[in-house]
Amino acid sequence: MEKPDNKKPLLERMGESQVWKSIIRSGVPRTRRQRMHAILGSVFLHLHPARLPKHAVKVGYTWCMGGLSFFLFVNLTITGILLMFYYRPTVEYAFTDIIDLAEQVPLGIMRELHRWTAHAMVLIVWLHMVRVFMTGSYKPPREFNWGVGVILMTLTLLLSFTGYLLPWDQLAIWAVTVGSNMARATPFLGHEGPGAALLAIGDINLIHVGSDVRFALLGGRFVGEATLLRFYVLHCIGIPFIAMIFMAVHFWRIRKDGGISGPL
Amino acid sequence: MSENKQAPRAAVGSSTTSPGSDNNDIRRRGFFRWLALGWLAFAAATGGFFIVIIRFLYPNVLFEPPQTFKIGFPDEFSPNSVDTRFKKKHNAWVVRDDESIFALSTTCTHLGCTPNWLLTENKFKCPCHGSGFRITGINFEGPAPRPLERFKIGLLDDGQILVDKTKSYKWEKGEWENKDSFLKV
Repeated sequence: MEKPDNKKPLLERMGESQVWKSIIRSGVPRTRRQRMHAILGSVFLHLHPARLPKHAVKVGYTWCMGGLSFFLFVNLTITGILLMFYYRPTVEYAFTDIIDLAEQVPLGIMRELHRWTAHAMVLIVWLHMVRVFMTGSYKPPREFNWGVGVILMTLTLLLSFTGYLLPWDQLAIWAVTVGSNMARATPFLGHEGPGAALLAIGDINLIHVGSDVRFALLGGRFVGEATLLRFYVLHCIGIPFIAMIFMAVHFWRIRKDGGISGPL
Repeated sequence: MSENKQAPRAAVGSSTTSPGSDNNDIRRRGFFRWLALGWLAFAAATGGFFIVIIRFLYPNVLFEPPQTFKIGFPDEFSPNSVDTRFKKKHNAWVVRDDESIFALSTTCTHLGCTPNWLLTENKFKCPCHGSGFRITGINFEGPAPRPLERFKIGLLDDGQILVDKTKSYKWEKGEWENKDSFLKV
C-alpha cells in the first residue's frame, strides 16, 4: 500500500483515501466535468441540478416555498415518528397520551413542534401554489407538474385532517364528525348523495348508512374506536407513503421540465 | 422533447448570464461567507434537535410498579413458606425460613426466565430449561450456574417490611451475609 504523503494538507489526503472514494465515488473534483460527475454520482446531491442557473438563488422570485414545504414535511416525519413512541391510538389512551406528551414526556414540546409545523406546512403549501400561479410557472412544459402539485396539496390537507382526530378530544371528534359528513353526499357512493337512490334492487337500497363510502372511511356509523385507528394508520403510513411517491415525481419533473422556473 | 426541455433554460440564460454581469450582486467572498454562515446555522440547529431527540427517548415517568414496595408485617408470613403474592407485579418471592425473611428475585440465573414455586416438591423449577432451586434460592439441578438473587429487605418505622429491588445480593459473592439481605425474625 502507498504510504500517505504527510506533506499534503489533511483535506487533500482525506479526499484521496479509499474510505472517501468508496463513499463519494470520485476523488476531490477539480474540473467542471469532475464536479458534475460528483454531483450526479451521489444519491443526495443528484436531486440538485449539477449546475445552477444564477436566477435560482434569487429567493425573491420563488420565495423558497417548495423547498420549505419539503423541509416542513421532513420535520413532520421526524417529529411524527418520535410521537409514535409515546402515543397509543386507542379510546382508552389517546387523549391522556396527548396530555402526557405535554406534561410528562421529556421537554414536552414534541407534540407542539409537530402541530405547529403541520399548520405551517398547510400555509406554506398554499403560498407555494400562489407563487407558482402568480409567476405563471404552471404553463407548458410544467402543466403536468402543476397537476402533481394539486394532488400533493390535497394530500397535505388530508394529512392535516387525519391528524386532527388523533388528540381524541371534543374538538377532534366533532370536527371529524362534521368533516366526514361531507362523504355522505358523494355521488352514488354516499347514502345522501345524488344517484345513491338509483342503486337499489327492488325496495332494497344498496347504498345506506351502513354501506356507503363514509362507512368505509370511519369503520362504523359514527366516529368511534375504529375511526381513530383508521385515521392513525392513514395519517402515519398511508397518506405519507402516497405523498412521498408524488413528491419524487414532482421533484423529478422540476428538473426535467427545464429546472427551477425563473423570470423570463 | 429536447426542445421543450431547452426552451425555458434558453429564455432564462439570455437575460441573466450576459458576459458583463459576473461582477454584479454576489461576489465570491460574500457568497462563501453566507454559505459558511448558513451551514453553521444548519449544523447548530440539527445538532440541537439531535440532542432533543436523544433526550426525548428517555421517559420522565414510567408506568411500571415502583422498585421499592411494602409487603406487610413480619407475622403475616408463616415459617418455612414461600409467598407468591408479589411474583406477578414485583417479580419477587418472599420466603420465610426458620430464622429470617428474605425476598428472592424471580429471574432464573440461567437465561432470565421466571421459575415456578412447586409446593409439593418444595423447590423452584424453571419451565424453560429445567433449572431447580431450593427454597433458600440455592441452585441444585439444571443449567443454572448460581443461586437466585436476593433483594434488599428491611423494617420500616410502622413495623412493615420494605423490599428494595434497586439493591440485590449474590450468594456467590458472600453477600447473603449482609444484614440488609434478610430480616431476622
